[in-house]
Amino acid sequence: MSTKVIESLSIATLVGIVLRWAVSFHPYSGANKPPMFGDYEAQRHWQEITLNLPVHAWYTNSSDNDLLYWGLDYPPLTAYHSYLNGLLASYLNPDFVALFTSRGYEGYDHKLFMRYTVLFVDLLVFIPAAFFYARTSKTVYRHRVASKIDFLALMTYPGLILIDHGHFQYNNASLGFFVTAVGALATKRDCMGAIFFSCALNYKQMELYHALPFFFYLLGRCTKENSFAEAVVKLCSIGGSVVLVFLVVWSPYLRTLESLTQVVKRVFPVGRGLFEDKVASVWCSLSVVVKLREILDNSQMALLCLVTTAILCLPSCINLFRHVTFTHFKYSLVNVSLIFFLFSFHVHEKSILLVAVPACMLFSSEPFMVCWFLSVTVFSMVPLLDKDGLFLPSLSLCVLWVLVYEVAASHCKSLNLKSVIADGRTGVDAALRRWGTALVCVSALCCAVLVLAFKCIHPPSRYPDLFAVLIALASCAHFCFFAVYFHFRQFSLQTNKKHAEKKR
Amino acid sequence: MFTNYQFLRIVAGISCVKLLFLPCYYSTDFEVHRNWLAITHSLPINQWYVDTTSEWTLDYPPLFAWFEWLLAKVAVFFDPAMLHVESLNYSSSMTVLFQRLSVIVTDLLFAWSARLCCLEVGRRYGVGLVEPVFVLLVCNCGLLLVDHIHFQYNGFLMGFLFLTYARMLQGRNVEATLWFSVLLCLKHIYLYMAPALLVYMLRSHCLHRLPGAGKVLWKVSIKAMVQLAVPAVAVAAAAFGPFVMLGQTGQVLSRLFPFKRGLSHAYWAPNFWALYNAADKFLAVAGRRSGWYTPRNVTTSSTAGLVQELEHEVLPPVLPAATFIITALSMMPVLVWLWRNPYKPWCAVRASVVCTFCSYMFAWHVHEKAILLVILPLSLLCVQEQFEARTFLLTSIVGHFSLFPLLFTAHETPLKISLWLLYTLLCWRMLSLHWYPMDHHRLFHHGLPNIPLTSLPQTLYLLGLLPLLLLQVLSLPSLPFLPLLLTSLYCGLGLSWAFISYYWQLLHLDSDRSKTA
Repeated sequence: MSTKVIESLSIATLVGIVLRWAVSFHPYSGANKPPMFGDYEAQRHWQEITLNLPVHAWYTNSSDNDLLYWGLDYPPLTAYHSYLNGLLASYLNPDFVALFTSRGYEGYDHKLFMRYTVLFVDLLVFIPAAFFYARTSKTVYRHRVASKIDFLALMTYPGLILIDHGHFQYNNASLGFFVTAVGALATKRDCMGAIFFSCALNYKQMELYHALPFFFYLLGRCTKENSFAEAVVKLCSIGGSVVLVFLVVWSPYLRTLESLTQVVKRVFPVGRGLFEDKVASVWCSLSVVVKLREILDNSQMALLCLVTTAILCLPSCINLFRHVTFTHFKYSLVNVSLIFFLFSFHVHEKSILLVAVPACMLFSSEPFMVCWFLSVTVFSMVPLLDKDGLFLPSLSLCVLWVLVYEVAASHCKSLNLKSVIADGRTGVDAALRRWGTALVCVSALCCAVLVLAFKCIHPPSRYPDLFAVLIALASCAHFCFFAVYFHFRQFSLQTNKKHAEKKR
Repeated sequence: MFTNYQFLRIVAGISCVKLLFLPCYYSTDFEVHRNWLAITHSLPINQWYVDTTSEWTLDYPPLFAWFEWLLAKVAVFFDPAMLHVESLNYSSSMTVLFQRLSVIVTDLLFAWSARLCCLEVGRRYGVGLVEPVFVLLVCNCGLLLVDHIHFQYNGFLMGFLFLTYARMLQGRNVEATLWFSVLLCLKHIYLYMAPALLVYMLRSHCLHRLPGAGKVLWKVSIKAMVQLAVPAVAVAAAAFGPFVMLGQTGQVLSRLFPFKRGLSHAYWAPNFWALYNAADKFLAVAGRRSGWYTPRNVTTSSTAGLVQELEHEVLPPVLPAATFIITALSMMPVLVWLWRNPYKPWCAVRASVVCTFCSYMFAWHVHEKAILLVILPLSLLCVQEQFEARTFLLTSIVGHFSLFPLLFTAHETPLKISLWLLYTLLCWRMLSLHWYPMDHHRLFHHGLPNIPLTSLPQTLYLLGLLPLLLLQVLSLPSLPFLPLLLTSLYCGLGLSWAFISYYWQLLHLDSDRSKTA
């Protein structure tokens, strides 16, 4: 790597770190809100539980471990990570993680410690993953600048910064593993990609949103082998490494079937309900008009979600299986996770991050649409962020994000960088050029009005969540539009390949 | 072409970053300014420089008091309770919001005048330079750390300084004098650079050389002098007049120039006196240990961390008058140089940088924040001559590092370090692109680090800042002031070198050969 590239990436990294740490000064979820507090207390509680109790007791209800008070509901890698954090906490100040007595512990030193743990994960997992992706994806892009622009997007995307370093979560761990896996697949290191994706999956079960594209891409890669034997060997090696990762991570819980099912029940709680709060999913939007919860019961809803999601994922997955290229894979990641977000069971607002991070990796291909899409993702999380006292940082970071896009776009323009898929789809590109700005202005105006209304106007007492629901509805409409658009882009990629083949 | 859109883009971006710093640590300067808001809002004028309800008495010139009075008019809409003189240390969330926003909004003046100066740079050196220099100015890490975290209004004041520079560069000397007078009546620290601007105005605006065979004749243009004197006197009269009439001249002056404060601040600003203090300490310790010299007995400990009179044990004691004389003498060469280079406003800018640097090095009770007065004008010069780029790089890296002890809280540590590193990288990138556009620089050359625009000794010196940083972060409980002492000393060495080398090279600058004017 030349000095200039290292300089650019270092500058982008430092910008990312400055933004992340600046957000860390702001409140976290559940600050000063007994008795349940929020995600911050949940993470602290998991440190308490994993440090003080033996491994097999982490997921089981007992007198020491009240599962109703923030019981562990992520796979074991999160638990191991909490254990390490708990060790560090007990070394710094045992009061942070003392069993029972540390419930609701808050303070300057504790906040600093917790914020540092998130930054460490960024420094150790997410940022190196982004670096790795920038390096490996360079070979796939026509221009080297493109991978740097994707890296910049990963560093400055507001949603991840606000949720991890503001609201407080460790999405950067699972998403870091995910980005590493994608980077590995860029240079055809399929086993490595499979291993890292399994790690991501074992950190947060929501990574299942990305599982189908990985599966179909790797299966497709196997079919591209020269002989049947080689394909089987490859399939077995990939499958074997995945199984191995799962075995290693779940080993403490494989002794009895009961312990295994207990963990699985905690990680996949079917009893929870269709959606929480006001989410920008289709079912939430539909239930404004049609009270779905009254018509169907939980298990029927779950079945409906499963079937719709499965059917709607098929087009993108089949397309990916037929055209096994890295670009198809990236589009498929966005498309499948977006379908999951819109149609699956028990979706949380924060799940949009699973769509946003793959979209960041498409930033250099489609700066304009991805910038718009990512801004809408932040807009969709405004009610959640406002509840945490993060409204002002959200606004600042969103404006900064648009400016980052401006800089990246003008940089691309000055280098005469055409997007990867610009050839052949002049119809859509021309339409975008003509109507894109107008569409964005209408969208931005609508979002701005809704946000202002949400912040400044008191909703009528009959509908106390009126504006939050309106924001969810507007976001859902946007997301459906983007789902259609990105699907269209994925399906139109094949023309390029034919073009490229013809040229040869 | 530096369009309005590009300008707005950068200003919006940096303002968004500043908004993120709202809940950060703020120093006692926050309470200082809240108190001044309260004094100017709630008390009559005759009490402004007399009131001592709070320990943070008004010690800026009257125009700044009027500025606070104006701000207070807006503050009423945020939280009227902050404007009561008795509400000491009042810091409700609305107070913090108002104060922080006031700094961000008044910074827009700095952005505007910085743009004017950058356009002048572009006019002479190419329009491609306008945006990079503008970014270096408005995103200056020192301003972010001092104004938007520690809490001060330096950006606003720099706005007036850069406006002075802009008008000077545009040849509008009368306006320049007006703005500089306003600046002096806002914060008298800018007296540091007054001699340079005075000499420039006298020589280039008031004196005309008459052509004559053999002997050179000068003609003092009385009209020009009056042109300059009128705005200066008018501003001074408007500012100080009311207090002179109230008979409070002495009181105001004693507030503005509190010479009781001591040679060095609690944390020694990294100037010549820091080196002097350190040498004195070293000699005293060495003298006691070896027995060859018994130092004078002193009652106060200079490392105790309180602002008090510093007494030297071995070296001669330093009096305020002595520092004044030394500062004045050190400025002489550059003032003579400026006199010999008339009608060149950029030379005036350079001379003002040197004068400020001289004052920083030798004056009485210098605050480490004063290094910003050197770094910011140097940002305008760093694209003009290579030695200025080198000086700028060294001064900004070491100068901004020397500001770290101001933000000593644990949570701010990663922020100040990453801001400093980011700004350093940006400067390096921008300057090496400008000065070595064709070079594909390798980071290591023959096994040694090879960083553009810094020589090897300088690179090693700069790398030495990193262990010092580690020492600051891991403060030792047994020697709590050791990191501060070492920081003063180490930065003092670097800044002294930057000062001497810049001064030397400036005096040897052939300003006719270069594009300077």
